[in-house]
Amino acid sequence: MIRTQTTLATRVGRWTIVAGFAVLLAFPFYWMAITSFKQTSDLYDVEHNPFIFNAAPTLDHLRFLFEETLFLRWFWNTTLAGAAVVVITLLLAVPAAYALARLTGTAGQQLGIGIFLTYLIPPTLLFIPMSRVVADLGLQDTLWAIIVTYPTFTVPFSIWLLMGFFKAIPKDLEEAALVDGLTRFGAFVRLVIPISVSGILTVVIFSFTLVTQEFVYALTFISSAEHQTVSVGVPIYLVRGDVYYWGSLMAACLLASLPIAIVYNVFLDRFIAGFTVGAVK
Amino acid sequence: MTPADAARRPAAKALRDVPRRRGPSSATWLGVAMFSPAVIYILALVGLPLVLAFLYSVSDVTVGSEGWRFVGLDNFRSVMRSPAFRRSLLDSFVFTISTQVIVLVCATALSLALKERFRGRAAVRFLILLPWVAPISLGAIGWKWLLDSIYSVVSWVLARLHLVNAFDPPMWLGEPTLAMGSVIAVHSWRMIPFATVIMLAGLTSIPKEIPEAAAVDGAGFWRTHFEITLPMMRPIINVAVLFGVVFTFTDMTVVYILTRGGPYDTTQVLPSLAFFTGVLGSDLAEGAAISVFLVPILVAVAFLMLRVAHRAEVT
Repeated sequence: MIRTQTTLATRVGRWTIVAGFAVLLAFPFYWMAITSFKQTSDLYDVEHNPFIFNAAPTLDHLRFLFEETLFLRWFWNTTLAGAAVVVITLLLAVPAAYALARLTGTAGQQLGIGIFLTYLIPPTLLFIPMSRVVADLGLQDTLWAIIVTYPTFTVPFSIWLLMGFFKAIPKDLEEAALVDGLTRFGAFVRLVIPISVSGILTVVIFSFTLVTQEFVYALTFISSAEHQTVSVGVPIYLVRGDVYYWGSLMAACLLASLPIAIVYNVFLDRFIAGFTVGAVK
Repeated sequence: MTPADAARRPAAKALRDVPRRRGPSSATWLGVAMFSPAVIYILALVGLPLVLAFLYSVSDVTVGSEGWRFVGLDNFRSVMRSPAFRRSLLDSFVFTISTQVIVLVCATALSLALKERFRGRAAVRFLILLPWVAPISLGAIGWKWLLDSIYSVVSWVLARLHLVNAFDPPMWLGEPTLAMGSVIAVHSWRMIPFATVIMLAGLTSIPKEIPEAAAVDGAGFWRTHFEITLPMMRPIINVAVLFGVVFTFTDMTVVYILTRGGPYDTTQVLPSLAFFTGVLGSDLAEGAAISVFLVPILVAVAFLMLRVAHRAEVT
């Protein structure tokens, strides 16, 4: 009897917490959605109930966003930079992670932890000297500034993530391949990489989404609107002086956030596993 | 030697019997060749700027200047004298500590609530994760609109509940205390999902039988959670807090988008002050000196992180 009461109380409590947080956490995105389709006069009337359409929905804000702003350009820049960063990250991190997981013994383990700790060094500590480095390389105000510097945070975490993947592969598989006459490197390319496709895919998504999310470097290194990425272009350049085009601004936020959020969400468990390696076994 | 090592031995023995053409260290050389590109890249673009950050902080370098001159601790003395810096140092701690307390409480409750499977869990999880998986600058600009000085929906709701005056709504981002509260609230909003998912990962690793056994033995809901489940989650909560501290203490995005440090530098944190001084103000040396104040916290977190990892390996 007491048990069923507890269960009921627990269930009600759980639902209250879950529903409450779901509303609180997702509300700003609902807000972006409804703002995107509201007529301007409806948005700027304090008498109107803000949760509903008091006037008919409109596509004006979207039209403005696509025709009058650089939104598509920023989207394209982000995609381009994201693809380049992914390629660089894979070229650097995959071999390094394999070497640290398999070929260098305990020294590799130590080095792996050292590389992981560089992930904790934040852009906000490095952006001032890095702006000089970027300028000296002649890359300021180009997409290259981002392509060169973003792997500084994608590579360390990817190495850490992939080390876990490679260690989970039974050693016997590679040793059998070596006995069959493959070289170490051959076994890596023809055996280990194909087995680790899902780990590599995780790194691809992780690196790409980080490029879409980063703010400080893009803000510091890129000064003209047409070379900007989505995450800086939308909040900085869609504001004209003191005028906020809230309808278009919110549409841009939603359109840029949702695809990234959906893809990231699918792979999130892997990232969390990467974060917590060592703490939970 | 673990059983796994023992099981591997026959294969290793077979490998030894294969005649080798190269020296015994060829695998090590291959290893070095495979990880050196990444290490060189990290040394060049993390190590070098890190060293430069320290060098800049004791120099007189500006955006326009060519060389640089050693000026000792002048920059540190000058930033310590500045009221804006002292305020931002204090704000950084207020910002980090309040955010982490809020996040810890909310994420613990939420992860316990989400632990069991139920219908619609995947959809709920997606909604809850949105603030973390969407770009933070875009989420923050959404909040800027939610906290608008005239058309804020938050004020609208509070006014309808007769909690605030509809004709004189609170200036969420224009009044120092409210602005700091808003910045803390928005950053917590961003961090709760991340901490929740990390804790969920920790919860699922606890064998179900232990809390169940406690319940059978007569421990109530609260005792089971506070005396059994939470202590077992300690290591994972540590991880969540350590990452939370790094991601909060070193972040300037929320502050930059919502308030730009205003009103009158009352919401400025160290990274944003470094940005305004070093990049917009062109005083690279002083900006670098400000950002160097992030280092002690990062070192402490790195040290604790290693201890957490080490302890987990021992047990």
